[in-house]
Amino acid sequence: MDTTLAIDLARLQFAFTVSFHIIFPAFTIGLASYLAVLEGMWLLTGRQVFIDTFRYWVKIFAISFAMGVVSGIVMSYQFGTNWSVFSDKTGPILGPLMGYEVLSAFFLEAGFLGVMLFGMERVGKRLHFFATLMVAFGTFFSAFWILSVNSWMQTPAGYAINEVGQFVPDDWFEIIFNPSFPYRLVHMVLAAYLTTALVVGGVGAWHLLRNKNNDSARLMFSMAMWMAAVVAPLQIVAGDLHGLNTFEHQPAKVAAMEGHFETQRGAPLILFGLPDMAAETTKYAIEIPKLGSYILTHEWDGLVRGLKDWPPDERPNAEIVFWSFRIMVGIGFLMLGLGAWSLWLRWRGRLYDSRAAQWASVWMAPSGFVAVLAGWVTTEVGRQPYTVYGLLRTADSASPIATPAIATSLVAFVVVYFILFGAGTFYLLRLMAHEPEPGESGMPEDAPVRSAGVTPGPAMGSAHRGKADTGQTGP
Amino acid sequence: MAVEPGAFDLAFIWAMLIAFAVLAYVVLDGFDLGIGMLFPLLQSDVQRDTAMNTVAPVWDGNETWLVLGGGGLLAVFPLSYAIIMPALYAPVIVMLLGLLFRGVAFEYRWRTQRWRPMWDWSFTIGSLAAALSQGIILGTMLQGIEVENRQYAGGWWDWLTPFSLACGVGVVVGFSLLGATWIVMKTEGALQERARRLAWFTGFGTLGMIGVVSLWTPFLDPIFMQRWFAYPAIIYVAPVPLLVLAAAWSLAVGLRSDRDWQPFLSALALFILCFIGLGISFYPYIVPPTVTIWDAAAPDSSLMFLLVGAAVLIPLILLYTAYAYWVFRGKVREGEGYH
Repeated sequence: MDTTLAIDLARLQFAFTVSFHIIFPAFTIGLASYLAVLEGMWLLTGRQVFIDTFRYWVKIFAISFAMGVVSGIVMSYQFGTNWSVFSDKTGPILGPLMGYEVLSAFFLEAGFLGVMLFGMERVGKRLHFFATLMVAFGTFFSAFWILSVNSWMQTPAGYAINEVGQFVPDDWFEIIFNPSFPYRLVHMVLAAYLTTALVVGGVGAWHLLRNKNNDSARLMFSMAMWMAAVVAPLQIVAGDLHGLNTFEHQPAKVAAMEGHFETQRGAPLILFGLPDMAAETTKYAIEIPKLGSYILTHEWDGLVRGLKDWPPDERPNAEIVFWSFRIMVGIGFLMLGLGAWSLWLRWRGRLYDSRAAQWASVWMAPSGFVAVLAGWVTTEVGRQPYTVYGLLRTADSASPIATPAIATSLVAFVVVYFILFGAGTFYLLRLMAHEPEPGESGMPEDAPVRSAGVTPGPAMGSAHRGKADTGQTGP
Repeated sequence: MAVEPGAFDLAFIWAMLIAFAVLAYVVLDGFDLGIGMLFPLLQSDVQRDTAMNTVAPVWDGNETWLVLGGGGLLAVFPLSYAIIMPALYAPVIVMLLGLLFRGVAFEYRWRTQRWRPMWDWSFTIGSLAAALSQGIILGTMLQGIEVENRQYAGGWWDWLTPFSLACGVGVVVGFSLLGATWIVMKTEGALQERARRLAWFTGFGTLGMIGVVSLWTPFLDPIFMQRWFAYPAIIYVAPVPLLVLAAAWSLAVGLRSDRDWQPFLSALALFILCFIGLGISFYPYIVPPTVTIWDAAAPDSSLMFLLVGAAVLIPLILLYTAYAYWVFRGKVREGEGYH
């Protein structure tokens, strides 16, 4: 009894901390690329509005990135503190992948972040752009490696098992590019871009509602709506392919997502219903006959396995997964609709005039985060009851930690995260509520004291560096 | 559990690399944790702003070495990671929470006037909690961890002993010394004078704690006693304490001179020497007193796979980290904020 409780608490703690964490990378992966595009456009065209918009968002990036870093450090240690058996057994395979993430991504981001945030005046435009690009690449590399890790847990490949029961590498290429990895990577990176686009679009729309002629707000809104129009349909295609891949490798997860308990040919597509794990049925199902089979197998009478095909202790929880999946898909189609609407408005030349579309964008600003979380709940809860799918049970993965210790740490994490990330969200919203203006103040490059002429001569270039170099003591 | 090392000893190479990552973390994040702990001892908001600005562009990279330490341990010595983390559950969690509080303070305190004092305290208490936990983690590992059947076999309060607390205090005082001497190097005027005074206090404190922990360690386990005091080992290890005294002398001379970089470099030397001393005590164990680096090592193919990347990427990382420090070199003046 006690160990089940301990494991549930440890799972809850991991779910809580990783859910908070994923919000920030999902946003900063997209935002880093957006910043790189803005700065690149500025260098290319010299138009002030690009650098104004860059400076507006770089402040928001700094806070989000800091929250992502600190919540990420927690993740890198929690594998050991709470899932030590999992760490011992999978370390030889997952450890090096995470090692590559640290070496190729975290250092790159952190190393160039300082220059990106504070260094424009010290290094000049071109090197500064290079730093922004490095931060953007870093966020992408990070996604690459960590999604490879997660995908391996879902669809393990290229491994052997040694005499002490550890998973050991057999073929690194198969490990990294395991069967679900390409799909998951594309799906998540697109999700990050969409999430960011909706935030940027929502903020742009909010300011357009107040001032239709704000150049920065128009730029944000227009760019974001292009992203929604182009990426949302791509994402739906990518999601469908990812689903088919899951159907091939993790059919029990798909059965839970679809609310299918019976194995059948010509399975219906259940639109809504209430899956009941105990009763082994989906109650009050509203369904379209045969469409489920057609989507999954591309045949009207294709065979689709139901959860009853697996023993009860090997089934993922359909009551959660069925709904989280629908939330994600529903939001995806809303994004598609918003993108299509914006195309129509653009065609009619009314993109900046439709208050209805702007309000819709404002309301949908946080929807990407909800979709990302719902998607992760679907794939992670759908992987249960395993940590390494089909091979290592969650119940056999946990650390030998006393239940009160886990309960205490869980409460501490919940309290601390709500205080710290609550405050952070408040500061972010306040920055977003502030109207972007021409000559937007950035973080460093135009800090008032510095440009007001502490240094005689040009603010940028050798005179400034000379001053930094003198290093004399005393005033 | 003895496993013989092979001819081309990847486990040994990786032990050195992990040790390097931990050392890099200690010296780099050491000074910015130190600044956090000294925050309330600075005399004005302007001084605090300036002190924070000396580390704002680099703290993030500094902390990444800690992630490399943890991630690296999981990658190359998964067994040790799986034993150490549960054994040190409470201190590790407190360290993580401390890093949360201080990490967000770097951004938040610039976003508010009214709540700034609260984020200043968040910065200080977070830094203190992180440093104290790190010292306790070190002390617990030195005093030994109970292992059975590839798992931690002790209780969840085993880490709490007078010795581990002494190590915790040692790290707190030592990091404060690094922070104080960093400020001496990076600033001027009243703030620098203040830091100079703080460096004297923390300098004496650090030497005292080095003495306490060094004299206490040999009594924890006869094997430490042998390593340090048996003939002929004593001949090889004797230079370490002598060099510690030399570094302390250089610190004192530096604080009296106008060579602002000398105290910081001397404090770094102190840390590096202590680290070498710890290495002498630990080796070849990664979880004293039972698990050696070869017991804990992942298979050669894991070690080799990551080593290829490390061989290319670590030099690159050192290069662009050095570049970032170069960009932000020189004195940071009062009121010359990055924000």
